[in-house]
Amino acid sequence: MHWWLPLKASTFAGPIDGLFIAILIITGIAFVVVEAGLIWFIVRYRRRPGRKAFYTHGNARAEVIWTAIPAVTMVALGVISNHYWVQIKGRNSIPPNAYPIAIHAKQFEWQITYPGPDGRLGTADDFTVRNQLHVPVGQPVVVHLSSEDVIHSFYVPQLRVRQDVVPGMDIKAWFQATVPGDYELACSQLCGMGHYKMRARVTVHTQADFDAWMKQAAQAGTGGTGS
Amino acid sequence: MTTAAAPHAAPHAGHAPMGFWRKYIFSTDHKIIGIQFLFVSLFFLLVGGFLAMQIRWQLGFPGRPMPGGGILPETMAPGGVILPEYYIQLVTMHGTFMVFFAIMPLLVGVFANFLIPLKLGAHDMAFPRINMWSFWTAFLAGMIMLAGFFVPDGAARAGWTSYAPLSARPDLSGASYGQMLWCISLVCLGLSSILGSLNYITTVINNRAPGMTWFRMPLSVWALFITAILGLLALPVLSGAAIMLLFDQTIGTHFFDPAAGGQALLWQHLFWFFGHPEVYILILPAMGMVSDIIANGSRKPIFGYHSMVFAIVGIAFLGWMVWGHHMFVSGMNPTLGSTFMVSTLIIAVPSAIKVFNWMGTMWRGNLHFHVPMLNAVGFVAMFVIGGLSGIYMAATPLDMFIHDTYFIVAHIHYVLFGGSLFALFGAITYWYPKMFGRVMSERWGKIHFWLTLLFYNCTFFPMHIYGMGGAMRRIYDPTQYDFLRPYQPLNQFITISAFLLFATQLIFFVNFWWSLFKGKKAEQNPWHDNGLEWTLPSPAPHGNWERVPTVYRGPYEFSSPEVAEDYLPQTRKLPTDREPVLAPVAGA
Repeated sequence: MHWWLPLKASTFAGPIDGLFIAILIITGIAFVVVEAGLIWFIVRYRRRPGRKAFYTHGNARAEVIWTAIPAVTMVALGVISNHYWVQIKGRNSIPPNAYPIAIHAKQFEWQITYPGPDGRLGTADDFTVRNQLHVPVGQPVVVHLSSEDVIHSFYVPQLRVRQDVVPGMDIKAWFQATVPGDYELACSQLCGMGHYKMRARVTVHTQADFDAWMKQAAQAGTGGTGS
Repeated sequence: MTTAAAPHAAPHAGHAPMGFWRKYIFSTDHKIIGIQFLFVSLFFLLVGGFLAMQIRWQLGFPGRPMPGGGILPETMAPGGVILPEYYIQLVTMHGTFMVFFAIMPLLVGVFANFLIPLKLGAHDMAFPRINMWSFWTAFLAGMIMLAGFFVPDGAARAGWTSYAPLSARPDLSGASYGQMLWCISLVCLGLSSILGSLNYITTVINNRAPGMTWFRMPLSVWALFITAILGLLALPVLSGAAIMLLFDQTIGTHFFDPAAGGQALLWQHLFWFFGHPEVYILILPAMGMVSDIIANGSRKPIFGYHSMVFAIVGIAFLGWMVWGHHMFVSGMNPTLGSTFMVSTLIIAVPSAIKVFNWMGTMWRGNLHFHVPMLNAVGFVAMFVIGGLSGIYMAATPLDMFIHDTYFIVAHIHYVLFGGSLFALFGAITYWYPKMFGRVMSERWGKIHFWLTLLFYNCTFFPMHIYGMGGAMRRIYDPTQYDFLRPYQPLNQFITISAFLLFATQLIFFVNFWWSLFKGKKAEQNPWHDNGLEWTLPSPAPHGNWERVPTVYRGPYEFSSPEVAEDYLPQTRKLPTDREPVLAPVAGA
């Protein structure tokens, strides 16, 4: 098992893992200050007979300091996070050249529709595969998410991408894989009894492999085998 | 009615003796009602823990027969092997019972009832009969929720958050009656909380003893007062949403069903608009009581009393503007994500102020580590972890990765168990003498504290690592996923720790029951505290005071240079103290 974050397999992994480390450092410092302080006080000021506690009601300067430091840190963190948030999820974040794939979620499977050789969804050469997501490496992909019944969630940990799939809404999410390989697509929103097995195989191909797969799958009409 | 500071004649003095039913069952005495809440919510705490043990068994040893599981019916666990549909019921009901029927009534039902009149010098709540109804409605709500396990299809199956349309459509969730009972129960509970909150708010505003000015109130009362305001404003939203959901299930209204023109996200907005203030309902009273206990244990005035009050108010105010942080990846407009992220990060500031002031209180104190103090310091140490782990989820890009994973499960348990429950263990031990006239065993209290601290961290800390690995919540069988299979040893470690943690809680329960009958008789003021409740005999009598006490100072005058002892009760008049100026009696 890993003791750390999963493999970094998309362009989101850089900023997200970087943010994780930045917050780990900030919270790590706060954690050590507080816990070490507590332990120090517990040892240093434990009860001794004949001693009276220091009688004070507080200190305005201390209050200002420990209000200002967290406030400044949190606002700075918010500004930095928002910079990446806009790049990842912002309304105009989807690259215009992103390769479109339509994913329709239903209890308890993923129906994945590919644009076919013409590269455009909604045309006659589209074809649908169950529970198999194939994407090219190094190419932005935009998934058009829709749901048949309840809320599901599209989640690939290695790609650091998650988006709820909400019935009645058409939601687009994009990502760009950087490492070819096999991953898993998990439903991460409780969607009923079979939630735990609502998974799909994700294959990140090199562009040449992807083209070959596309050609073969398009010919097969309904694509490769469902799982 | 009299205004805040006017003295009351003692309307309850010279009670006629009452029968058993009026005295202990349909009581209007705020202390008995608090104790009723205590027994009932400790029962639900056990129920919730018991459900958690079954969840842990399935996660640690998926598909293997659970020891003792053979007694469960075929529809839940045939041959002791937990079924997926039963697993979702366990997950749903564990969260529901713990949040609504254990932690919330333990903090508010028990301690708002017990402490507010005692700490303010009132004879009882402003509306004792409404108070009685508040308890019985909550009891009814708990029974309705529990009944879910005994109806066809079993209990609710949509998670404690009950996201629609799964929760709205029996054909999709597989649960029919259970899901309806969930809604009905929460409507009842909402009514109970509204009645209770009205009472607490009115009592704090109107029934304070002479000299008990706003800024002489203990922080526990401040926290319970602000919590009551949150409850009064938040619970109606939950009740309304639950009624809409019930209508969706029963009479086909389709508020939340997009298949018929409804909005799935509407439920989430309503639920979290209630749900985030609710999170603070579950922690603010704990913070307040911990403040009282830490000042007492440190024998020192609370550090920065006014900052502490403003931090409570600040948390409560900001608590209304952060609900969207549960919905960053829900499909909500991403620009809203930015605003909710900022408000969420800013709420860390008042929380930090509180932590630093608790540390400031301990600094240069003379620390007495009685059981309540141990648990209060444990609260601070664990709440810090829960508070800091919240920052990871607040940062929207990172939330996209760890949302709905075990990281959030770890976070909520660090706040609700490490936070609220440690505070409750401390508070129950602390006020037990005033409730029952006896003291809980010090030795077993300490054993319970240290073992709980150990097993609690072994149970919940590894969940951060599991969540960092991407493990999703509410998964019946994690071995279905290739990337989760290597984590199974970690899951088994968590499961075994959880069993030990549960076993350790039995120490607390045994100590609690044993001390009721065999505990050492309590003195009037066993902790040498300054609060008004400690001027009464243990247990405090019905009606509390013959004559309402007069208050000369705040509750935290420990180690004052004015007296030789290291405490100075609020009611003790020093030669330099002046009688409080009484507000005129309205209508007189």
